[in-house]
Amino acid sequence: MSVKSFREALNEAFRQEMRRDPAVVLLGEDISGGMGSGGEQDAWGGVLGTTKGLMPEFGRERVLDTPISESAFIGAAAGAAATGLRPVAQLMFVDFFGVCGDQIVNQMAKFRYMFGGNATTPVVVRALCGAGLRAASQHSQMLYPVFTHFPGLKVVIPSSPYEAKGLMIQAIRDDDPVIFLEHKAMLDDTEEVPDEAYAIPFGEARTWRDGEDITVVAFGRMVQFARQSAEKLAGEGISCAVVDPRTTSPLDTETILNSVRKTGRLVIVDEAYPRCGMAADISSIVAEQAFDALKAPVLKVTPPHTPVPFSAPLEDAYVPSPAKVEAAVRHVMQADRLAGAA
Amino acid sequence: MTLMKLTKSQLLQAYRRMQTIRMFEERLHKEFATGEIPGFVHLYAGEETAAVGVCEHLTDADHIGSTHRGHGHCIAKGCDVMAMMKEIYGKRDGLCAGKGGSMHIADLSKGMLGANGIVGGGPPLACGAALTAKTNKTNGLAVAFFGDGGFNQGTTLESMNFARVHDLPVLFVLEDNGYAETTSSDWSIGGGDPVRRAEGFGIPGIRVDGHDFFAVYAAAKEAVEAIRSGSGPQFIHIEFTRYYGHFEGDAMTYRPPGEVKEERAFLDCLKFFRARVTQGGILTGEQLDEIDDEVEALISTAVAGAKAAPLPVEADLTTNVYLNY
Repeated sequence: MSVKSFREALNEAFRQEMRRDPAVVLLGEDISGGMGSGGEQDAWGGVLGTTKGLMPEFGRERVLDTPISESAFIGAAAGAAATGLRPVAQLMFVDFFGVCGDQIVNQMAKFRYMFGGNATTPVVVRALCGAGLRAASQHSQMLYPVFTHFPGLKVVIPSSPYEAKGLMIQAIRDDDPVIFLEHKAMLDDTEEVPDEAYAIPFGEARTWRDGEDITVVAFGRMVQFARQSAEKLAGEGISCAVVDPRTTSPLDTETILNSVRKTGRLVIVDEAYPRCGMAADISSIVAEQAFDALKAPVLKVTPPHTPVPFSAPLEDAYVPSPAKVEAAVRHVMQADRLAGAA
Repeated sequence: MTLMKLTKSQLLQAYRRMQTIRMFEERLHKEFATGEIPGFVHLYAGEETAAVGVCEHLTDADHIGSTHRGHGHCIAKGCDVMAMMKEIYGKRDGLCAGKGGSMHIADLSKGMLGANGIVGGGPPLACGAALTAKTNKTNGLAVAFFGDGGFNQGTTLESMNFARVHDLPVLFVLEDNGYAETTSSDWSIGGGDPVRRAEGFGIPGIRVDGHDFFAVYAAAKEAVEAIRSGSGPQFIHIEFTRYYGHFEGDAMTYRPPGEVKEERAFLDCLKFFRARVTQGGILTGEQLDEIDDEVEALISTAVAGAKAAPLPVEADLTTNVYLNY
């Protein structure tokens, strides 16, 4: 056990799984860097350095830099997975899904079903996601609802370095196609992470904090904000449960429902766009299955229905913040009291 | 490449496979008209030389990526004809359990990566199968079949570049049947010469007459040998016509009157094959007639079996989405 960053935790997951299983290969744009150049080799180790040092250990046959051709190499990862490798393909920023969407949603996601169960496609598509780096509209989105929509894909959104390592190892060992999203504003976050390999099962939410008064469900970086908010609200006498689903597909609805049945109140914090997103999805699940437990309306904390803006004050206003989470929690608690007074 | 280099048994097998494709498709054309076959069906009749001329050089360890017009590729790669027919009829013991249908027939145990409903969907997958072969040093290869429509998709062009820069063992096969849906390939392929386009990617290419099995077989043999010897990707442009519409039900008003009739009369690949092997005295007409009879019986049995086979049950709806979830 030692303190590791989110970036180091992921790097360790790749290294340990590549040592364990020769079928694991990495491919993507500049995941080593310097391919064919006269200068430094392994120059980048991925655009933000998560795969640095792997090419020198495993060679260019297992750490493949690709041309900027997402359709070709994401599709190749699907084809390689269906024929015996366990590829981990980096779609540099998840926003680039737009140029290779077919290979993800119509090919790898559907092989098993379309082929009557006669295909196994153990591929991981990993991508940077999220706002906060002033990267503007085409490099900052949080597109997990898009992938969650498609049957056949599993979708992972880790909320800390410990979570990132264990979930990535599970993603690599999993026999279904996995979309793994890495929040670019979290890569330098640190915490204690075991040195040995460990896998965190999909579809099992982590309850970071138990609570009596209200359930806060959050994803990825928003889990951190929810935890900060819960800490502060505890000082005001509000006891918040913080539930991190870890994976949006499969979704651990039981843990969410059980918490809501206990607290009777729900706030969902989702960095994705508000329409047809996870917040809306969970709201509908709770409305269908735990309506009688609710003491107050469900409240969603999301960005507005706009692209991600560039300029600092605009982006800061766009992303849900701990202050917005706290305000939402207070609002739900108050709505409840008002209803009780009436 | 001369005719003499194929043994009698190779010739008989090639003929049997081409005739199986032809009769499979001709029969589907008739059966579709009865309304009993669900969905969209795209027939391969007229293009038999490509699938068979290429796949005769492959083993089950080699992979192919196919197209929406995939029945011929499936048969040439060794997929079970009975199970294919059941799949096309949407039956529970079809090759894909009735969940894929005509446009998604696959059998990975035979190296068949699937027909593909997305034009240009297959070439990246073939690159992936080739990457597996290269990484595992199997000396295997992958074939990307695509049509003249698919040849203009970015996925195909990206795949050609990707295969070149990584020296992947991929054979790119352009099946140019003259039309992408209703649009002529003479118009849609910018630059006009597909081989030059391939050469622009640094991929050696050759154009062959798709009415001539032996020309396709020879070109594929050379390309496959080059790929297995480690030269990286190769390209073949095969020209022929399809005997039916884009899909069944297409009135084909965009085609000049008499086009298919003339092709069938003067350029049919099966007639051409028969003439070559019987006039040369290598095989007799009786031997080929015997195959015709056997194939006809096989197809009739397959259709009867498919019609009689049970449909999926509702419980099948939610199975095989994931391995575990």
